[in-house]
Amino acid sequence: MNTITRSTRLSKVAGVISVVLVAALIAVPWWAVASTEHLLAEFCIYLALASLWNLLAGYTGLVSVGQQAYVGLGGYVLFTCSVFLGLHPILSILLAGLAAALVAVPVAALVFRLQGAYFAIGTWVVAEVFRLSFAQMTALGGGSGYSLPVPIIKMLGDAKPVREANIYWISLALGIGALALVYTLLRSKIGLALTAIRDSEIASSSLGVKIDRIKYAVYIAVAALTSMVGCIIFLQKLRISPDAAFSVNDWTAFVIFIVVIGGIGTIEGPILGTIIYFLLREYLANLGSIYLMILGALAIVIMLTAPKGIWGYISKRWNIALFPVGYRINFKD
Amino acid sequence: MPLSDEWLKIENLQSYYGDFQALHGVSLTLKKGDVISLIGSNGAGKSTLLKSICGLVSQKTGSITWKGEDILKFPASEIVKRGIALVPEGRRLFPSLSVEENLVLGGQVARPGPWSLSSVYGLFPILSEKKTAPSTSLSGGQQQMVAIGRALMSNPDLILLDELSLGLAPIVIKDIYELLPRITASGMSAILVEQDVTRALGAASHFICMQEGRVSLEGTPMGFTRDQISAAYFGT
Amino acid sequence: MDWLNAIVQGILVGGLYAMFAAGLSLIFGVMRLVNIAHGDLIILASYLAWAIVHATGLHPLASLIIVVPLMAGFGYALQRGILNRTLGKDILPPLLVTFGLSVILQNGLLEYFTADSRKLDAGFLETSSFPLLPGINIGVLPLLMFVSAVAIIAGLQFLFYRTSLGRAFRATSDDTEIAQLMGLDNKKVYAWAMALCLAVVAIAGVFLAIRSNFDPFMGPGRLIFGFEAVIIGGLGNLWGTLVGGVILGVAQGLGAQVDPGYQLLAGHVTFLLVLAFRPTGLYPRVSG
Ligand SMILES: Nc1ncnc2c1ncn2[C@@H]1O[C@H](COP(=O)(O)OP(=O)(O)OP(=O)(O)O)[C@@H](O)[C@H]1O
Ligand SMILES: [Mg+2]
Repeated sequence: MNTITRSTRLSKVAGVISVVLVAALIAVPWWAVASTEHLLAEFCIYLALASLWNLLAGYTGLVSVGQQAYVGLGGYVLFTCSVFLGLHPILSILLAGLAAALVAVPVAALVFRLQGAYFAIGTWVVAEVFRLSFAQMTALGGGSGYSLPVPIIKMLGDAKPVREANIYWISLALGIGALALVYTLLRSKIGLALTAIRDSEIASSSLGVKIDRIKYAVYIAVAALTSMVGCIIFLQKLRISPDAAFSVNDWTAFVIFIVVIGGIGTIEGPILGTIIYFLLREYLANLGSIYLMILGALAIVIMLTAPKGIWGYISKRWNIALFPVGYRINFKD
Repeated sequence: MPLSDEWLKIENLQSYYGDFQALHGVSLTLKKGDVISLIGSNGAGKSTLLKSICGLVSQKTGSITWKGEDILKFPASEIVKRGIALVPEGRRLFPSLSVEENLVLGGQVARPGPWSLSSVYGLFPILSEKKTAPSTSLSGGQQQMVAIGRALMSNPDLILLDELSLGLAPIVIKDIYELLPRITASGMSAILVEQDVTRALGAASHFICMQEGRVSLEGTPMGFTRDQISAAYFGT
Repeated sequence: MDWLNAIVQGILVGGLYAMFAAGLSLIFGVMRLVNIAHGDLIILASYLAWAIVHATGLHPLASLIIVVPLMAGFGYALQRGILNRTLGKDILPPLLVTFGLSVILQNGLLEYFTADSRKLDAGFLETSSFPLLPGINIGVLPLLMFVSAVAIIAGLQFLFYRTSLGRAFRATSDDTEIAQLMGLDNKKVYAWAMALCLAVVAIAGVFLAIRSNFDPFMGPGRLIFGFEAVIIGGLGNLWGTLVGGVILGVAQGLGAQVDPGYQLLAGHVTFLLVLAFRPTGLYPRVSG
């Protein structure tokens, strides 16, 4: 009898391994040195940004070059809530998510009027508007920026190791949370609809209006989460300035490279891409601008030869998937 | 063997759109001056065959020989230079070009021959009155004249006509068909796709009937009864 | 009077923005490609001119004789070598490939020319001006820039609607398949369009280098100005890009008049307002 299944033996094994892995990651503050912990926190941050951007570009076709708008917005909301309202950082993070969702509603209404690549540049303009506006706000340090006051930092723990462990766990939660969101979303009906519009024009025209609403919803959800990731980024940095907060290179260019190299439109791609990105950075970052040129060239080569990235190539070659979102048919006689 | 009168020779042509195979081994031979009509029900693969000949379908195997040269892998822009022109199904004029610009573009390949702007205007006088109009502002029949004129402007040796009558009033269709002999008079060959079997058989010396990507019947219109032809057409 | 002056200077700067926009508009019109590296190519042209001027001692404007063909040749090769392979139904490849190109160009320029900002010195052209009204002086350079922009757009318009190359552009843009039946090789047509675009980019780059300091990271900003001018003016309308550029220039000038910090913001906000109230721009191309 032929059966249709989602999971494969490999994906089940991957499931078990990931449970073990997550347990090990949660325990990191007890077994790893501070620098490792720091690196892993950063890893989680990029993993989250990459998964979110991938959801937007790889599944809904909304290629944004302006996600730094939400990273920076999150950072600024965190600083504002902490400094002026004295709120606990964790509460501020939740508020930042909410604020970004609210801001994303009118922004989406505007930029959704632009198609394809023009949408991309439109989102960039919005991020620029954010950057220039925050640079005008003297209460938040204007163009030169602002540091997080010590009492606020202490809310996350008096001792440095405790603080850093807390920041690490929040990063981990956001990294895993972003992945989990993408995974559950893609397994749901919405995910099926999204995959359908991506893979077939007929499906997209027949789903029509519904798809537009899904796109809005995805854009807003991604904005909220991106903004929460922005909070943790600046909680780690302890200082914010408009240029750092709304940097297209740090929060969008690298993220795009991660996703393109790993595999756009696949869940595993951003994970693999983030690993590759950190490896490359480890060995090549001291090359400075040449390192960036290598990343750019790598992305171009991959886009031209294997548009689904390294993961896409692997999964097609060996027909494997670690996260069972698609269906597969098992033929048996 | 001297360069024979066999201008177009297709053997075992298989054409694909992605994973879908639209032609399953089509063969045909066309001699200088032949007018062949191609009939068959919707989706039989008539347009695909014409598009394969002129290079618009690139995924294909088998062989297509034109005047002794293997053109199977040639891009469309090269095939037209060798004297094959297509009047596409649905006309497909360039909307941002005027009538005359559409015609001039057709003559871009600059093959020598009898057809020029003035001879096309001679064939379709109404077009010379509308030459500066945007091509989309014309009536269906006039647009079809532009599409035919545009193909003629390249002075082809073989013209492929895909459903000239599509969406036109019977009177207009009649007018256009009455002009066909003037086009082929100079020895130009033609392959004519037509839904109306009677009209198709009347206009040609030879016919080919296709069904599901294969040739189901071919010969001269006189050689078969209507029942035989309709059996080949509908596959009953 | 200061306000009037800001408007007049804004109009003239708008010419430069129109030059940024014209190339974008052209390639979008022909092949629906949006080149994220457009601004970086402008800056590349600025550096090329700088290198040529420093090597030969030519006047910056005379360097155009070399920069324009070089950039056009580069555009042709870029299109044939890379960009043609990205065109298709999927919008991701062209977008991401040109994005990668943008990062490569920025960092390549940084590596070769360092982060120091540069400027081209055009001598008396920059310093001369004449009074238009009391209190309003028109600089020769801004005027020349504006006149060049008008000439470029008129030239492109002529080429598009009156020459066989322009006919090929329009036909290929209308229906690529049928254009091939007319003997047009669409890949070559696209390459010519990109060559032409980069010729305009070269002129824009040289003017930019004379007008202000430039550094390797100025590209994205110029891309955004060009893009805003295109959308304000209306997609697919060449004269519209001039209007869009002028509106953007005036908005920035007025913003700067209020507070220097508002210069860019005023331009962006104007663009967003147009997007909100006239999403198809002021002069959308009438179909047909
Ligand atoms: N661009 C395309 N992509 C995929 N399939 C196609 C394409 N064009 C045609 N087909 C398929 O190929 C088959 C043959 O189509 P074709 O257009 O050649 O038929 P036809 O005989 O010209 O029909 P009609 O009389 O309706 O014009 C059909 O099944 C059609 O669905
Ligand atoms: Mg057909």
